[in-house]
Amino acid sequence: MDIKATVLAILSDLTGNDVSGAMDDNLFDSGLMDSMGSVQLLLQLQSELGVNVPVSEFERSEWDTPNKIVAKVESLA
Amino acid sequence: MLSFEPYGNPTYFALLGVALLPLMIGLLYGKRSRLYETLISIFFLVLTFGGPKWTQGVALIIYILYEVALTWGYAVYRRHKNSGPFFYVMVILAILPLTIVKVTPAVENGQSSLIGFLGVSYLTFRAVQTMMETRDGTLKDYNIMTFLQFMLFFPTISSGPIDRYRRFEADYRSVPDREKYLGMVQKGIRYIFVGFLYKFILAYYFGTMLMPKLQLMAMNSRGGFLDLSWPVIGYMYCYSADLFFDFAGYSLFAVGTSYIMGIETPMNFNQPWRSPNIKDFWNRWHITLSFWFRDFIYMRLVFWFMKHKVFKKPTTTANVTYIINMLVMGFWHGVTWYYITYGLFHGVALVVNDTWLRYKKKHRASVPHNRFTQWFAIFLTANMVCFSFLIFSGLLDKLWFQ
Repeated sequence: MDIKATVLAILSDLTGNDVSGAMDDNLFDSGLMDSMGSVQLLLQLQSELGVNVPVSEFERSEWDTPNKIVAKVESLA
Repeated sequence: MLSFEPYGNPTYFALLGVALLPLMIGLLYGKRSRLYETLISIFFLVLTFGGPKWTQGVALIIYILYEVALTWGYAVYRRHKNSGPFFYVMVILAILPLTIVKVTPAVENGQSSLIGFLGVSYLTFRAVQTMMETRDGTLKDYNIMTFLQFMLFFPTISSGPIDRYRRFEADYRSVPDREKYLGMVQKGIRYIFVGFLYKFILAYYFGTMLMPKLQLMAMNSRGGFLDLSWPVIGYMYCYSADLFFDFAGYSLFAVGTSYIMGIETPMNFNQPWRSPNIKDFWNRWHITLSFWFRDFIYMRLVFWFMKHKVFKKPTTTANVTYIINMLVMGFWHGVTWYYITYGLFHGVALVVNDTWLRYKKKHRASVPHNRFTQWFAIFLTANMVCFSFLIFSGLLDKLWFQ
């Protein structure tokens, strides 16, 4: 499975929404994500993709849309 | 000898203007003089911590040496090793002076600790954050001189905003181009003038003119249910207005001065009174503090709880961590029943808020959402916040126990 599909699967699982149609929407502004969701995302990335992101690497403005998250994970994988 | 509260009176601002002028000309021509910046920093630190307050000055110097030793020592250690327990011991040591300062009044009948000084909390936040990012490996090139500049950056030393080491360093190591810098100066000056309005007019009116009268009336109207009366309600709103204008005003001075020095210190307030819920309120009120708590306490605790599967459900993890997070914030304000109750109140409010948001998400069709509900949400949030500030103010302590 490629990274994009995995990230989108994790996001839809976390937010309870299919986000693939709104790849540039801000997940925090829309209330779909919060700090709790962020941590769950980091843990899922670790267990499913082996991508290690320390909490202090999580700069919210760099992780706030599905597109940005996919790009971030691809750069780290 | 001259001695000032930071941004306390017109003389301070006059000195500030004169001191910043050469620096501004330098920045306009693309030059940053570290020597000059260090000199004016020392000058304003002496104004704040010298003269009659020299004991605070000594406490500050010893404290800074102590935190430099810890953060530098840890950075050197971290290059070779990464033990969990060692990291925890270092963090505890870094927080120790602040803990002593906060606990001393509670155990010594209100007497303040000898090692305390104005701004000790805000410096501790900066040091602990530096250490945590070193542990995570996000901060790799710790530099003692940069750390000192970061800690002792005089515009924000006494009460924040709480910047981040890496963000500060990036600004400090570069010079904004002329167009950008002129924009920053323009903003900085506007912030300082809005600050004048907030702090010297509005906060003065609410805090100095109105509040003592309301407090006297509230004390004289005791005897009813829980000693509550209309003046207590008046005091609640008046105190909230004073707290906001005083602190937002101060923060505008600090951010404005930083901008003029070419450093984009983050804003501390963003229209908090229009928040539709408590969660959003903490994204808008004392932002750098609440984000510090979010990033270095809340998210880390949640991460730890979830990694070790302490609680079955994610919602339980979130709720327990909300309470811990806000209780720590309460204790940080001071070890008194009203600060701790204030923290607990906000912890519970966040739990209730999250439960409601989840419910709303699930029942989107049946929960009405229109202009009226939006206004009601803002009204309710503002009043909840004002009530929490009444607890925070300590007036209830005076009403009930004095």
